[in-house]
Amino acid sequence: MRGRAPRSRLALAGAAVGGAVLVLPVVGLAWRAPWGALASDLTTPAARTALRLSLVCSGWATVITVATGVPLAWVLARVAFPGRRVVRALVLVPLVLPPVVGGVGLLLAFGRRGLVGRYLSDWFSVSLPFSTAGAALAEAFVALPFLVLTAEAAFRGADRGLEEAARTLGASPWRVFRQVTLPATWPTLAAGVALAWARALGEFGATITFAGNAPGRTTTIPLQVYLLLQSGELDSAIALSLVLLAVSVAVLAGLRQRWLGAL
Amino acid sequence: MSGGLEAAVQVCRGTLHLEADLRVAPGETVAVVGPNGAGKTTLLRAIAGLEAIDAGRVAVGGRILEEAPAGRFVPPDRRSMGVVFQDHRLFPHLSALDNVAFGLRNRGLGRRAARREAAGWLERVGLGGRAASRPAQLSGGQAQRVALARALAVDPEVLLLDEPLAALDATTRPATRRQLRADLGAHPGVRVLVTHDILDAAAVAHRLVVLEHGRIVQEGTVTELARRPSSRYVADLVGANLYPGRGEGRVVVVEGGFRLTVAEAVVGEVIVRIAPRAVVLSGQRPATSARNAWEARVELLEPAGDRVRVRVGGPLPIVAEVTPAAVTELALAGDARVWVAVKATEVDVDVT
Repeated sequence: MRGRAPRSRLALAGAAVGGAVLVLPVVGLAWRAPWGALASDLTTPAARTALRLSLVCSGWATVITVATGVPLAWVLARVAFPGRRVVRALVLVPLVLPPVVGGVGLLLAFGRRGLVGRYLSDWFSVSLPFSTAGAALAEAFVALPFLVLTAEAAFRGADRGLEEAARTLGASPWRVFRQVTLPATWPTLAAGVALAWARALGEFGATITFAGNAPGRTTTIPLQVYLLLQSGELDSAIALSLVLLAVSVAVLAGLRQRWLGAL
Repeated sequence: MSGGLEAAVQVCRGTLHLEADLRVAPGETVAVVGPNGAGKTTLLRAIAGLEAIDAGRVAVGGRILEEAPAGRFVPPDRRSMGVVFQDHRLFPHLSALDNVAFGLRNRGLGRRAARREAAGWLERVGLGGRAASRPAQLSGGQAQRVALARALAVDPEVLLLDEPLAALDATTRPATRRQLRADLGAHPGVRVLVTHDILDAAAVAHRLVVLEHGRIVQEGTVTELARRPSSRYVADLVGANLYPGRGEGRVVVVEGGFRLTVAEAVVGEVIVRIAPRAVVLSGQRPATSARNAWEARVELLEPAGDRVRVRVGGPLPIVAEVTPAAVTELALAGDARVWVAVKATEVDVDVT
């Protein structure tokens, strides 16, 4: 009983420091933001291009993530194949890998002389590095784990009894997925998609390494902010940063606690 | 056999080693009874294709559905089977009508046609008015009937029911049991029911199959099982003397035309239960208030804990439970003459 007070004071102090580390950058942004010039800062041609590119690339990245991630999550959740644990660990790699390193890896795989890239280049004249499509791919790479983890948890938690009942009523595995599993899991899946999209939107390291920083082609918002900082245009950089901040806050607020439980 | 179910299977799951040979003809209802862990549900799931068998074969109407090892496996969605699960498993996001229509949609029926047929099935199980309700709004008994309608709607060759009444409370079971019997009667195919309740089995099935520790220990009608139980479990299962019969007011006529007087008037098909400890034996005609009394002959004495079970033959075979002291006093032994007395109030009657 007696030792409790000092211990909790230490915890409180630690929590205060942790909270400050998290909150101060956001506060700094809001405090230094050029609120008056916001409208004009965000409507310059460069800013508009960055906004458009961000939407296009993150949109496509989300499509790629969903198309590849949902089947992968389903197989991980339902099919007991040898090496399943290894695959699951591999899915987590983009989460811990420094994004720049991820970009280098993408170059080595999909670059013009890369493992797969050489065939794309020789056979289809497709060159992914330093292109908008490449930016989308880089974003998909970092966003995939978010979707796969959430979706796998959702599929694991789905009621197998209902799926069995559906099978006995003549539903093929695909119909079972569409008519029984999806209706039950879509809220969690939607949360996973939202998280993946937010992550794709904010990606910098992999994008700049694999897709470069070509204005009009790959200057998504984070890359444009970097460019503006380099050339000393702090106000414009802050304005664009606020856009991303607003999106992040909106996504988190929209998801609510119960859907984030899977992470 | 042509038509009908043939399931000679071996399934090993952890500590359970199931080895059973089940044959059911079309139009027949078989009840698989047994203690928990005997393998009844595993057997049912193996027939449905929800569990793969380790050896043996499953065939319906001569068509082989599964053969192991290294044979074919027809997945559950391509076997013509309907399954009613213990926990109904209605789709929570669909109405009762759409639940019943689910199987029909899977067969390619359009939405309107499927719903029309589904509505017909709901009417047949007496739930026409609840078509728009969600499963969460239905009572346990209603949900189970919707589940039955859903399984029947796909016109399965084999209908499998896994403890269909287990989730219901004691007051709703008799009514649902009667309903189940009527609904099953309308289904032309094979019907296999898993239950641990002897009343369910007696009311609904033509034949019982007793499964213990993964093996079939006895098969037969309720009467046959009661007459010659081959194991302790079977004896306990039917140990409460069970007689199917027909009520005619204050009298119930059971097998062999024997007439039992009961306390409350009853009419129609019934099952009579008399607890062994309610049976009174005496050396001469009893002068008691018991309305049912007859002369009989002792067949067998069995010790059962601190009691003795006396198997009595005669116009109505019955089992009495008495103390060892009583056995000595009455000089009960094989072939001895006794008088049996049972009060009308001790005769339990369940309308089926």
